Amino acid sequence: MFRRLRENLRKTRQALTSEIQATLFEDLSDETWERLEEALIYADVGASTTAQVVGQLEQEATSGGISGGQALTERLTELLAEIARTGDDRIDLTPQPTVILVAGVNGTGKTTTVGKLAWHLGKELGQTVVVGAADTFRAAGVEQLEVWAERAGVGFVKGPPDADPGAVAYDTIAAARRDGADVVIIDTAGRLHTQDDLMAELAKVKRVISKQIPEAPHETLLTVDATTGQNGLRQARLFSEAVPVSGLVLTKLDGTAKGGIALAIAKELGIPVKLIGIGEQLEDLRPFDSTDFARALVTE
Amino acid sequence: MFDSLAEKLQATLSDVRGRGTLTEADINAAMREIRLALLEADVNFKVVKTFTNSVKERALGADVIGKLNPGQQVVKIVSDELTELMGGAARDLSFSPRPPTIVVMAGLQGSGKTTATAKLARYLKEQHGSSVAVAACDVYRPAAVDQLIKVGTQAGAAVYEQGTDRDPVKIAAWARDRAQSEGKDVLIIDTSGRLHVDQELMAELANIKKAVKPHDVLLVVDAMTGQDAVNVAEQFAEIVQFDGVVMTKLDGDARGGAALSVKAITGKPILFASTGEKLDQFERFHPDRMAQRILGMGDVMTLIEKAETAYDQDQAAELERKLRKQEFGLDDFLEQMRQVRRLGPLQSLIGMIPGMGKELRGAKIDEREFDRIQAIILSMTPQERRHPELIKGSRRLRIAKGSGTNVQAVKALIKQFEQMRKVMRQVAQGRMPDLGALMRQAR
Repeated sequence: MFRRLRENLRKTRQALTSEIQATLFEDLSDETWERLEEALIYADVGASTTAQVVGQLEQEATSGGISGGQALTERLTELLAEIARTGDDRIDLTPQPTVILVAGVNGTGKTTTVGKLAWHLGKELGQTVVVGAADTFRAAGVEQLEVWAERAGVGFVKGPPDADPGAVAYDTIAAARRDGADVVIIDTAGRLHTQDDLMAELAKVKRVISKQIPEAPHETLLTVDATTGQNGLRQARLFSEAVPVSGLVLTKLDGTAKGGIALAIAKELGIPVKLIGIGEQLEDLRPFDSTDFARALVTE
Repeated sequence: MFDSLAEKLQATLSDVRGRGTLTEADINAAMREIRLALLEADVNFKVVKTFTNSVKERALGADVIGKLNPGQQVVKIVSDELTELMGGAARDLSFSPRPPTIVVMAGLQGSGKTTATAKLARYLKEQHGSSVAVAACDVYRPAAVDQLIKVGTQAGAAVYEQGTDRDPVKIAAWARDRAQSEGKDVLIIDTSGRLHVDQELMAELANIKKAVKPHDVLLVVDAMTGQDAVNVAEQFAEIVQFDGVVMTKLDGDARGGAALSVKAITGKPILFASTGEKLDQFERFHPDRMAQRILGMGDVMTLIEKAETAYDQDQAAELERKLRKQEFGLDDFLEQMRQVRRLGPLQSLIGMIPGMGKELRGAKIDEREFDRIQAIILSMTPQERRHPELIKGSRRLRIAKGSGTNVQAVKALIKQFEQMRKVMRQVAQGRMPDLGALMRQAR
């Protein structure tokens, strides 16, 4: 799994390594620190988290705790992994049915993720899954999910055109209960966190679900595109105010973006990454591993 | 309250005013704030470095001119430099002397190509009266063809598609021939999202370009893209030599530094800005406005434009007369609020006021608040509305009861009104109102 992850992540040109390799056999100079900072900024970790991590590293180095570039790299990896390791990074499947709500900004990969997740739970974990097409706004949004459901071999529920998303969520859960399904995944329409009415709509969908099953949704996943810059933090913050985001799906990590914004989100909001998307095929979804993630950030 | 870059810089440069010139030390201090602001705005790290160096040169030795404080001075230099970098005036597509003009839309997955295709189609139809066809060459993404059929038709374009079983390069060539034979003015080709590092798909894009010989290849870029924007742009530039950029999802609050990065690294202009999910939310890109946005200075131009269309010229003249003659009363106040409301949902307006974005987004202006204010004013007699200084004691109580609010609310409204009146008087007299002081009082 790590090898596949690294393969998909190695297509980077501005490798963090090129910055660190140069310092491998040098003393820890001012330039070293500057280059480390640069590298983290390039990864979209953000100025404030970068300052915090580098500051801590610097303290440890000056107190004699770290000698040489290699040790520096390893300690950096540890620190980054620690920050990423926040909250609970697993998805609990014990509730019957487990209800998973998927939300996020337009174009971040919600529907594709729902398809992949459904396939993974169905084919790899032997669960019976039903997906609900509660994106009733986007042109052909329902059709898109329908194709994925077919590919994944799972149950599919949709409403009439222009249906209320809450109603579709309700119907999906009702169908799941009726058929004794294990997992329900609700896809929603893309929305900007700055659109108050749409955020209110999302909150309403959550309320409808909670009314039906008191502890549901058991997971509320926010998809975040790995290429997203500092705005990702705003997204996570505002979505969390509308619905109880329990974890992130960091998508499109197969590009050259490092997804460092997930670190900032983990640090500032305590929201863990639970899954990562590394391609457009059904199998291209992985559970998040903080050490692998941090290591992939600092290795080519 | 205005936590803007200008304020931060002013704090950093607070003792400059006495000296009259910005020294190197001052500039260095200011550059750090600017660097941070630009990084926060997702401008690429390397671009930030180059940029701050050139600003430094310009700022060094620059005089601190009378009206602007040093912080504002530096911001002005930064803003001018940014605008220049972003490309000066707004640009347009290049059209073919012999139709059809062929446009290819390219970009990463989820950047908004299909929506942008339909929007561009509609834009060309409305602005230029062009007959437009759109071609569905995304055969990979489930229901992508369906999506284009829906939005393309909505935009009033002919939709050319051949399902998902044919090679996109062949579909593109077929679409070009068809557009030609049907006498279309423009053909816009929608392609599938692809990673800049996916060799196979990048080769396919290059082949599409070879097959149709487009006049414009547009790279569609999501406004919230971070540092990676440079990598994407560089690769697309190298492999398909795109001609311009469409920035999408600008209706969010991403500062959009990617715009600067892409322009700085590739030199290609940003042609269009997509500002919402509706098809008419598409406009020519304005570099000066983007520069302001990146700096967190709000979109003043758009607000003014919107205001000009919503506001009657006669009403404006009448208002000015009333202000000068100090006849401005609560009825006029209510009318002003109604005008503001007509401009657009209050939320989107807030984002446009320089520096307001961050702070006021927390303190949401309620449509209900507006209704309350209206109720209070309508519970007043015409005389009270003209002379709110009359409203004390029993009158206040009566108004509170009549509007279903309380005495504090009535008092607060009158205070707010008095302040607004003071500001508007200053504006009418040609003086810059001290909005900062006003805001501080209003808290």
